[in-house]
Amino acid sequence: MQTPPTGHQSPLILEMRSITKEFPGVKALADVNLAVRAGEIHAICGENGAGKSTLMKVLSGVYPHGTYTGDIYFQGAVQSFRDINASEQAGIVIIHQELALIPELSIMENIFLGNEPTRFGIIDWAAARVRAMELLARVGLADSPDTPIKEIGVGKQQLVEIAKALNKSVKLLILDEPTAALNESDSQHLLDLIRGLKGKGITSIMISHKLNEIEQVADSITILRDGESIETLDVANDGVNEDRIIKGMVGRTLESRFPDHTPQIGEKFFEVNHWNVAHPQIPDRMVCKDSSFFVRRGEIVGFAGLMGAGRTELARSIFGRSYGKFVSGTITLNGQDIVLRNVAQAIDAGLGYVTEDRKTLGLNLLDDIKATTVAANLKEISPRSIVDRNREFEVAEHYRKTLRTKTPSVEEGVNKLSGGNQQKVVLAKWMFTQPDLLILDEPTRGIDVGAKFEIYGIIQELANQGKGVIVISSELPELLGLSDRIYTIFEGAVTGVVDKSEATPEHLMRLMTSSRVPA
Amino acid sequence: MNAIKQLFGGNTRQFGMIFALVALVVFFQIMTEGVTLTSGNLMNLLNGNAYILILAIGMVLVIIAGHIDLSVGSIAAFVGITVALAIRDWDLPWWAGVLLGLALGAVIGAWQGFWVAYIGIPAFIVTLAGMMLFRGLNQFVGKSNTIPVPEDFQYLGAGYLPEIGPNTGYNNLTVLLGLATVALVVTMGLRGRAKAARLGAVVAPMWVQATKLALISAAILYATYLFATGRPGTSLPIPGIILIGLVLFYGFISSRTVIGRHIYAVGGNRHAAELSGVRSKKVNFMVMMNMAILAGLAGMIFVGRSTASGPSDGMMWELDAIAAVFIGGAAVTGGVGTVVGSIIGGLVMAVLNNGLQLLGVGADATQIIKGLVLLAAVAFDVYNKSQGKPSITGMLSRGLLTKNKPQAEAVEAAEDKIPTRA
Ligand SMILES: Nc1ncnc2c1ncn2[C@@H]1O[C@H](COP(=O)(O)OP(=O)(O)OP(=O)(O)O)[C@@H](O)[C@H]1O
Ligand SMILES: [Mg+2]
Repeated sequence: MQTPPTGHQSPLILEMRSITKEFPGVKALADVNLAVRAGEIHAICGENGAGKSTLMKVLSGVYPHGTYTGDIYFQGAVQSFRDINASEQAGIVIIHQELALIPELSIMENIFLGNEPTRFGIIDWAAARVRAMELLARVGLADSPDTPIKEIGVGKQQLVEIAKALNKSVKLLILDEPTAALNESDSQHLLDLIRGLKGKGITSIMISHKLNEIEQVADSITILRDGESIETLDVANDGVNEDRIIKGMVGRTLESRFPDHTPQIGEKFFEVNHWNVAHPQIPDRMVCKDSSFFVRRGEIVGFAGLMGAGRTELARSIFGRSYGKFVSGTITLNGQDIVLRNVAQAIDAGLGYVTEDRKTLGLNLLDDIKATTVAANLKEISPRSIVDRNREFEVAEHYRKTLRTKTPSVEEGVNKLSGGNQQKVVLAKWMFTQPDLLILDEPTRGIDVGAKFEIYGIIQELANQGKGVIVISSELPELLGLSDRIYTIFEGAVTGVVDKSEATPEHLMRLMTSSRVPA
Repeated sequence: MNAIKQLFGGNTRQFGMIFALVALVVFFQIMTEGVTLTSGNLMNLLNGNAYILILAIGMVLVIIAGHIDLSVGSIAAFVGITVALAIRDWDLPWWAGVLLGLALGAVIGAWQGFWVAYIGIPAFIVTLAGMMLFRGLNQFVGKSNTIPVPEDFQYLGAGYLPEIGPNTGYNNLTVLLGLATVALVVTMGLRGRAKAARLGAVVAPMWVQATKLALISAAILYATYLFATGRPGTSLPIPGIILIGLVLFYGFISSRTVIGRHIYAVGGNRHAAELSGVRSKKVNFMVMMNMAILAGLAGMIFVGRSTASGPSDGMMWELDAIAAVFIGGAAVTGGVGTVVGSIIGGLVMAVLNNGLQLLGVGADATQIIKGLVLLAAVAFDVYNKSQGKPSITGMLSRGLLTKNKPQAEAVEAAEDKIPTRA
């Protein structure tokens, strides 16, 4: 990939020197150094919990001066930001791992939130509109500025975040896992945009677990491991590739991205037929259209589709009708037709569903790790409805070990975990329900390569125990590497099913984008 | 795992509140020249606030689940008058009156719970309506009159334990109760610790645990002494006994049972709770219903104490109960709060009220001070959260009361224990 001239010789715009940041019981950053040149795209890589987000929060004033040690030099001067406003004044804008837009407000209102153009103290909406159109054009978003945020997808929301940053005359843009929730084409658009900004002189720091993207856009890469800066790689000169980055991150080379696995596939035990579900608010819009599929024991089944194809809706409507209005269709489990009216019944029947949206649907951020781990199977540890807290501790410890969740203790609040480790806790919660059929919706979103490998191993292990697993993923390589069979879904309908042996990205792509129903 | 920690709700915020409470008591004890900690005053304090504290127990559950209940004062008044009338006009024995009151509370609670949980109307609206509705019903049923209750019913709100056994100079039952409580606290504390240690969980060092238990035991014994040595014929008052029973029961329910977990889960993140198999509607229905039952009980205790039920009973009780809950560390957004914390919050308000009264401070100034205390307590909380620091009292008490940093050995010890599915 040819990139525009990089700033190899250009001066440093940012230097962070021996940054140390401690939380009670955790040293998140220990003597971290980071040097970023003006006009480059600088990637930060590291395993979950390595301290990437924390470093960026230190830089952007989320953790104010005085709560960490070390120095920040930005554009030649020592900086001691009191808060985010102070860093924005200096031209540093951060877009967090979890988006911070207000769903009820329009695109325009969100762009100017906290930064409203006024005349005599009154918001000048006419000027705002002109400016908004300009900014939206720059990020390549065609939607009307009056569209409410909740009506546009995550990909477009990211663009709005960037437009918001551009409005603040940003010099250094920080993106924390910007593409984690995006599909391939949205990601590509975003990466192109970042590269375009670089052409305009805007420096970017980008955190991502999608190493192929990093390889593609980054000029330099700083690697963090366990809160320490390990090395900084120069992409053009050091011959950096994904394996090289991984070696830096985990300290060894990863032989393969998927664990070896010989499937032992048994009989068909779970079957859904002619499944029809309507949109929860709009009764005549169907979100699942006559979908049928089955899962065999020991089988890992992939659900491929574009974002918004209806995979999540299909999964959730099966999982105790937790989405949409049920219209018709049957579920057969072990040869018997069953009706699952609510989530509790679905869990009792042996289903589990790991949601793609851990912050709003998967976690109670007020809970600690152990309470979260047992939350979906409290019965198991509560004889006579009284929670056995010793069992709770044991169970949580067991999963902390198996999933290698990075935390000082299972009594830590889940809000204190890094994004990837939160995902592991959600996984633990569902593994503890010991489901016969586990549905995983984007299970590796925001998870580092090493942990992905472990999670694949866990999924395969579940399959080896004779359970069925459904994996919904927007990353085709992941589906191809993991699944024994892949269903493709387009606009709420199952458009095809492909065996592992015949699956190619091109073939899947074709099925994922056409309404042709197989014979 | 740790009974004591659980008793205090296990966060620095509540340790802070306990310190504040102790400081207040000491302050007033000095200022009133020893009147605050006398048998008579303590009994007054307990009798005069038991009904608010009982409301606070129900209220904290409602608030944890993410709702609010503005109707509790009106419900208490409506239940009070209905029971008073039923006893007078139908010649019901006192216990039948109590049962009737609890049943009426349940029916009212089911009514409000239905609108909140199954129709989805915000509890603020439903209970605002209920506040007017049940106040009106109180005055309609009672024709705005005051209805007296017989003496045996008054026992509920103003009674004492009988004197039994040899004349020791103390109220024997109170002493027994006190000793039993100390024994229970100590054995639970030690047993919980031993069990947790066996499993490899992190436990506080022995001296910390011992100090904690000693402090708590001393406090209980001192209170026992004061209550047992009041004027002859007095003891730990009946409303106090009911209150303690309810605190233990609801404290256990909220922290140790499945339904308790579910209440926190629904308040913390309703969608996540539902996707984990929690029936949030049922939970919401139950907390609203429970609140109304406790409001009915509070109303009856108040009627027993004031010997009659009147048209303006229970005015502003909801606000006192809500204040107690928030001083006690609950969050407006739900998911946070403890029963014991709310009781401590309620006691802070009660001691303040009582002490200022003893000092002869007027009702106007008392209101102003209480308002500022509520604001200060919550502001302190919010400030600490924004700074990511524990409270000042929390830091002072850290060495004594919080757990140690995790230890690597402890973690290794749990290594080979694998949960199994029965
Ligand atoms: N507020 C907090 N309180 C306590 N510990 C925290 C807090 N925030 C982060 N940590 C800890 O600091 C470490 C670094 O977290 P950070 O979020 O920076 O990781 P990350 O590299 O961004 O990981 P991920 O790829 O999973 O997002 C983790 O061990 C995490 O548990
Ligand atoms: Mg992160």
